[in-house]
Amino acid sequence: MLLQTLLSGVLVGLVYALVAVGLTLIFGVMDIVNFAHGEFLMLGMYAGFWGWALWSLDPLATLPLAALLLFAFGALVYRLVIRRILDAPMLSQIFATFGIMILLRGLAQYLWKPDFRSVGETAVAGTLALGSLRFGRPQLAAALGSVLASALVWWFLRYTRPGAALEATAADREAASLMGIDPGRMFSLAWGIGAACAGIAGVLICTYQPVFPEVGANFILVAFVLVALGGFGSVPGAFWAGILIGIVEVLGGFLVGPAYKMVLVLSLYLVVVWLRPQGLLGRA
Amino acid sequence: MSSSSPPAVPTRRIPLLDPPAAIGECAGCLRRTILALCLLLAGSARAAEEVRIGMILPLTGAAASTGLELRNAAELAAEIVNTPSGDFALPLAAGKGLPHLGGAKIRLIFADHQGNPQLGASEAERLITQEKVVALLGCYFSAVTATASQVAERHGIPFLTGESSSSTLTRRGFQWFFRTTPHDELFVQNFFAFLKDVEKKKGIKIKTLALLNENTLFGSETTKLEEKLAEENGYKVAEKILYPARSAQLTSEVQRIKAAAADVVMQSSYLGDAVLSIKTYKELGYAPSALLANDAGFNDSEFLKTVGKDAEYVLSREVWALDLAERKPLIRKVNDLMEKRHGVSFNGNSARDFTAVLVLAEAIDRAGSTAPEAIRKALRETNLPADQLIMPWEGIRFDATGQNDKGAGIIVQVQGGKYATVWPFPLASREIVWPMPDWSKR
Repeated sequence: MLLQTLLSGVLVGLVYALVAVGLTLIFGVMDIVNFAHGEFLMLGMYAGFWGWALWSLDPLATLPLAALLLFAFGALVYRLVIRRILDAPMLSQIFATFGIMILLRGLAQYLWKPDFRSVGETAVAGTLALGSLRFGRPQLAAALGSVLASALVWWFLRYTRPGAALEATAADREAASLMGIDPGRMFSLAWGIGAACAGIAGVLICTYQPVFPEVGANFILVAFVLVALGGFGSVPGAFWAGILIGIVEVLGGFLVGPAYKMVLVLSLYLVVVWLRPQGLLGRA
Repeated sequence: MSSSSPPAVPTRRIPLLDPPAAIGECAGCLRRTILALCLLLAGSARAAEEVRIGMILPLTGAAASTGLELRNAAELAAEIVNTPSGDFALPLAAGKGLPHLGGAKIRLIFADHQGNPQLGASEAERLITQEKVVALLGCYFSAVTATASQVAERHGIPFLTGESSSSTLTRRGFQWFFRTTPHDELFVQNFFAFLKDVEKKKGIKIKTLALLNENTLFGSETTKLEEKLAEENGYKVAEKILYPARSAQLTSEVQRIKAAAADVVMQSSYLGDAVLSIKTYKELGYAPSALLANDAGFNDSEFLKTVGKDAEYVLSREVWALDLAERKPLIRKVNDLMEKRHGVSFNGNSARDFTAVLVLAEAIDRAGSTAPEAIRKALRETNLPADQLIMPWEGIRFDATGQNDKGAGIIVQVQGGKYATVWPFPLASREIVWPMPDWSKR
């Protein structure tokens, strides 16, 4: 039972991780907190849902297209809104992304009604039993997809030229631009990848989570905790923090009582931030 | 006589001093008298042909569609009272109007509260003082019923609610307030009556319960009541969980419930968490003997659409269901009328308001008067048998608080993608599936 709970926690945590990876990337590169990140996730979920509802496409088949769409959407949001407030006071930046959040939620409600929707049978339906352990295939697929997507982001940052340029911009915007890196393109790239991560997570979880306009709110608080816990801007940090928080939430909730699961998560966060203000893997 | 005449003398002298005014005044007197007489005649004439009843509903705003449904149902009830409607077992269906009031017709005067308790109160005031209604019905939202019935109480006008189910409404010690529908607590009590009946029918013993309720007022009040009733009925609460309805996952909650291995899970959830919990039950392969849901999210029309066949065998409470007609032909007949007139079938809310209009009309008729006190007295003495109702109740009889103590809910179970009535057993359209089959055997 404990092992089952532990592994369930890991599965939950891996999805959190992917959401947080996108968020931390945007923050790391340009120091802007994206309050609309949960709404990018929501858009991903709707992409999965509509693909299934309109063209009976399996969410897994929709995934690449949804990732591309969200990438483009993230970059567009950067071009249209974020670019104009790069040098604005922090409060304006917060209001801008907050405004995008409300706008996207409102649009989703207007266009797709506030109803709860859900994808029916998919390629990953059913459960997998290993001895006494049971895993939902949709949850397994989501966790696996999250690992792959997070690994891809990590590989991109580590081993490709644009990735290195992105890291360079994150480390020192001015020095990077002196080296011939266009910060605007990098920012746009960061928003694209960040939104794509949330979108991929959204498509992955729409196989077992109800889809509705305000669903992003359920994830965004945890994502913020992960970003701070893992270290602002640290992609591996957000990833490992995701797994850790998933375990604490599910296993802790199981052992101590579900009413306390958020208390446990936020206490852990407080302790870490107190002992290591830069987060687990953050740069001091 | 002599003591009252001296003050009259000076007033009679003034006209002498000012003749034109005197003429005017006398003419005014006469006009007023005639007018008063006319009004009196008109008033009594109207009383013989029309009894005015106010009904306050959410006719615009977020619940407008429900409000219109309720208005349609109430109008159908009024029409059944006012015109000879055939051989129905319903009260007042046969004749024309109210026989004890010389065949007077009832007229429903609708007001819109838009879901706003303040507006509900001011509309109640207007209906009583300006529209001169003899009784009030409404208001769907318990919060609005609370304020509107307060106005009725102050004016001494009977207020009957057909569908507001907050249990606090009948705990205010009001003298003019009546409620036909069972209240929220009675519904929870029904769960335990249901469990006892299942034990008897299936020859089993249910020992432990697990409570999984969301943590706002709805879920936490239900939890308290369920704990109390479980103890009274000799069931052990093996696990009790209150969770936030907006959760990204319910894994730890379901793991706890699963570890407790209770016979029956009692759950109060809104839509999103109801869906998520079912998905998590399936993921973790957890199937108790029964999942007994407390209306809300589980009865939302989106629930079955969203969860699909994973919702099979879920039990929930309901106030009414169309398949009751299989055991109660009256329901079919009345529903056919509803279909014909408004193009929709009854649902739990409209069936309850339809019933409320008939109950009130029957009481006014029995009172033989439109005086509020007489109507209240007649309501107090109401005793309608089950066979005159389209509700799954044992009858209608008001206790000292004004609550109908013969009301009851029903338990429905998802079978073949639809909710079917399975309890009370004499009204069941389908045999209950108990225990719920394991996930691997579906």
